[in-house]
Amino acid sequence: MKEEFKVISKLIDERSRVLDVGCGDGILMEYLSKNKVVDVRGLEISKEKVKKCLSNGLAVVEGNAEYDLKQFPDLSFDYVILSQTLQAFMSPENVIKDLLRVGKKVIVTIPNFGHWKIRVDLLFKGEMPITKNLPYEWYNTPNLHMCTIQDFYNFCNNKGINIFKTISLNGQKTSKITASNLKYKNLISELGIFLLEK
Amino acid sequence: MSNFDKIKSITIKQPLKLDCGKEISNFPLAYETYGNLNEKKDNAILVFHALTGDQFASGQNPVTNKEGWWNYAVGPGKAFDTEKFFVICANVIGGCMGSYGPGTIDPTTNNPIGTNFPVITINDMVNAQYNLLDHFKIERLFAVAGGSMGGMQVLQFVSNFPNKAKVALPIACTASHSAQNIAFNELGRQAIMSDTNWKDGLYDGKTSNPDKGLAVARMAAHITYLSKKGLQEKFGRNLQERSDLKFGFDADFQIESYLRYQGSVFVDRFDANSYLYITRAMDYFDLTKQHGGNLSQAFKDSKTKFFIISFTSDWLYPTSENKDIVIALNAIGADVGFVEIKTDKGHDSFLLDVPDFLSTIKNYLSTTYLNINERRI
Repeated sequence: MKEEFKVISKLIDERSRVLDVGCGDGILMEYLSKNKVVDVRGLEISKEKVKKCLSNGLAVVEGNAEYDLKQFPDLSFDYVILSQTLQAFMSPENVIKDLLRVGKKVIVTIPNFGHWKIRVDLLFKGEMPITKNLPYEWYNTPNLHMCTIQDFYNFCNNKGINIFKTISLNGQKTSKITASNLKYKNLISELGIFLLEK
Repeated sequence: MSNFDKIKSITIKQPLKLDCGKEISNFPLAYETYGNLNEKKDNAILVFHALTGDQFASGQNPVTNKEGWWNYAVGPGKAFDTEKFFVICANVIGGCMGSYGPGTIDPTTNNPIGTNFPVITINDMVNAQYNLLDHFKIERLFAVAGGSMGGMQVLQFVSNFPNKAKVALPIACTASHSAQNIAFNELGRQAIMSDTNWKDGLYDGKTSNPDKGLAVARMAAHITYLSKKGLQEKFGRNLQERSDLKFGFDADFQIESYLRYQGSVFVDRFDANSYLYITRAMDYFDLTKQHGGNLSQAFKDSKTKFFIISFTSDWLYPTSENKDIVIALNAIGADVGFVEIKTDKGHDSFLLDVPDFLSTIKNYLSTTYLNINERRI
């Protein structure tokens, strides 16, 4: 099981309603419904992945988060999850706004473009970095808006979004990110996991 | 048509109050079943047919000797796996395969009831079929399913009986019949009613029938069931058994010949008045209006799991209209899944061999059946 999903699962209270935006094959949804008493729904853009989810009996709706989040009423979920998808949207800012409208709490995870390996790659090779989490070439990447943990942290502060918890994930290792260790964690984390509220 | 004797039916004794205000009682509802009802009676699926369907969803129709209309989907090992599930399908009231309809003989005149039959609605059809649950002593269906008008019945059923089906599968349908669809239905009705054999709907059904009108209605409707791309690929401008145009009005093109054939075989198995009544029921269908303009209200007490399916090339019941149902369900936090299946086969896709569609339903149903039993939802 992806370490990220364990961390997300721990952030979620029992008996809550959860929406997984960009739920992919539904692995996180299945993990959550096996390990917690939760009512979990999914939104996914890829037909192939939606069919896979539905074949597994998951309540997944085919749709594009940039348009289709509108159909969900305000605060209709206890948690809305956006796992490693934010960078692929045309307008991440609007999507975040919608997530915070639909969910009482929002969990966003971002592949950290500030990781030292990426910085080293760019510094010494002078080429766009290709990593395990970001395996694409610059010309075919679906990732339109890459950011670092620091960037996202700043974004939340500028927009008045409350950050409840920030967790760093580096390989199997998780640790807390705080204002005082942010610069360092931004260097060593592969993934940043944020628990937000409006 | 002595094969009509082989049709199973129940007689609904208690009065059914129709939307038009009239009341009917002691009327037949013809049905067929596939597979076996298990001891717990928790594996029943009620399948609703579309405009020109009937209760013979699978196997061979004993009256027409044709394959069941949902043969691709219903049967052992198929999407609606009759080794696991007990599939029930009834002929809608207004239909012409043994249920109470305009073709039913009025014993006082010995002639078909014809246009003296009351105008019925999707709601009336569903309320009549609800009696099948009592007949089979089924407390709760595992699922209700259907495409096109069958999908409308699914929506109406779940709305009327919120906790009587655990799963609802409305396919390629709408919650509110569009102006375009009413227009196409009206075209078909006008074709029938302008046939001099129609006689204000009081033809005797033996010596003369409005076959020409009904055939034209079927031809027009058939075009709406296909996609432009599908038609172009299948027929293009191919000529019918000739190498050149004949400069006349015979069927020069294969598509013409195909449509004429579709029209001619249809009249052998369908009653023109049934076509009028059933298309009217579809036109009147507006579940949104039934609930004060808010479709969500139709499902507000529902504990049902919804799985909605549309097809990319279906322009008769397009994805946008199916999505309106999804949106209404999401607005009330209902349990809903939705996928648009990619295919060139148009609205007819739900009746055809579309592997993605059939396999997704099969897996969804078997997984959901297990999940419900394990978690005792």
